[in-house]
Amino acid sequence: MVIQFFTYILQGTSVTLAVTLVALPLGLILGLAFALLYNYGGLWVSRLAAVYSLAMRGVPPVALLFVLYFLLSGRLVNLSPFWAGSISLGIISSAYQMEILRGALQAVGESQMIAARAIGMSRFQAIRYIILPQAIRLAIPPWSNEASIVLKDSSLVYALGVPEILRRAQQLSATTQQPFLAFGAAALIYFILVFLANRGLDLLAEKTKLPNAAA
Amino acid sequence: MREFPPILQAKNLTKTYGENVIFKNISLDVYKGETIVIIGPSGTGKSTLLRCLNLLTPVDSGQIFLEGEEITAPSVNQDQVRQKIGMVFQNFLLFNHLTALGNVMVGLTKVKKMPHNQAKEKALQELERVGLADRAHHYPAQLSGGQQQRVAIARALAMDPLVMLFDEPTSALDPELIGEVLGVMEQLAHEHMTMLVVTHEMGFAREVADRIIFMEKGRIVEEGTPEDLFERPQQARTREFLGRISELYGKREKG
Repeated sequence: MVIQFFTYILQGTSVTLAVTLVALPLGLILGLAFALLYNYGGLWVSRLAAVYSLAMRGVPPVALLFVLYFLLSGRLVNLSPFWAGSISLGIISSAYQMEILRGALQAVGESQMIAARAIGMSRFQAIRYIILPQAIRLAIPPWSNEASIVLKDSSLVYALGVPEILRRAQQLSATTQQPFLAFGAAALIYFILVFLANRGLDLLAEKTKLPNAAA
Repeated sequence: MREFPPILQAKNLTKTYGENVIFKNISLDVYKGETIVIIGPSGTGKSTLLRCLNLLTPVDSGQIFLEGEEITAPSVNQDQVRQKIGMVFQNFLLFNHLTALGNVMVGLTKVKKMPHNQAKEKALQELERVGLADRAHHYPAQLSGGQQQRVAIARALAMDPLVMLFDEPTSALDPELIGEVLGVMEQLAHEHMTMLVVTHEMGFAREVADRIIFMEKGRIVEEGTPEDLFERPQQARTREFLGRISELYGKREKG
């Protein structure tokens, strides 16, 4: 019976992964854009980016998910719960990813920008070839944390009826009266996914690490 | 040499930060192939002057000409101007994610759009020039301060600049590493690179400079050949400053 539990819930895993694989990259693209606007966009643009971040981070994800969901599947645009939910999660995550990247960009420092400008690079070239490659390296560990949060928060789309891991666990718990087994299986699957994601990103961080001592 | 117009010319440059006057009405002619050393107490606007000359910091008023063309004009492409003026910073400011070779190459491939192999060859030549060909694949963190600064010089040289600006290039170095950087600069001077150097290294100023400019409180107090300034300073302030600085650095000079 345990195996049947697992196979039933595992069918939700592909949905969970799909939600994550939409939300995380979308959050990265938006987050990077907002981080760059915050750091290099001038006073007013930077303030707007800060307000965006504050608003997105100041509201519980579930509440924001419902607000965005009803916007994205309303009269003007009508997306399926899967897409509306994934995009909403991506937008929520973008604020956190923005903060991660903003901090990383600042940690690289203004002096690298000056050195890049001094050899004739434009601001865009300096950001592209000098600042970002260093900032992204710095951002991998905190980003790994955000990736596992998004993976776990993907369970929120359950509230919209998307049949991901938690939704399936809930159904199973209701029909079999075995909540411990059902949710235990779901928890285990989440743990394995998060563990694998973090290990993968650790390896990436290790691979891109710069040597820091005289060889 | 003086029959030609100056390669870099500053006219009446003024820079203020709020109420604070950094320098006022500075005029300066730099001729092709000469080495000018700017000396003076800290906080007298020497470094800011260098940054203004390659447009990293805007001046409030005045004009700068490079090869007779005004580079302070609003229509000028500043990125193109900076390619022609090399800059070496006190804190090296190498790109930390690139090897020594990568640091020297990146301006060639990304700014000058040179093909990769050609850029690599040129970059290796420049590293050879500063004596670091064998460190090409080391990252900045794996190099000593002196080596980092020499890579920084190679990075600037690779762009084939008309003028090289040095902003206290040895001030952040341990004493035993200063010599190797000054050595490279001396060699450049002998190769008739046009150089403008802000430094406290009086030995270098004396030996290598064609002209020395003494700056204090945002203005040029006195300028002349090393002999003029060291042997026959006209201004009391120059005498005082040189006296103080040779007391401080005297021991190393004799060595």
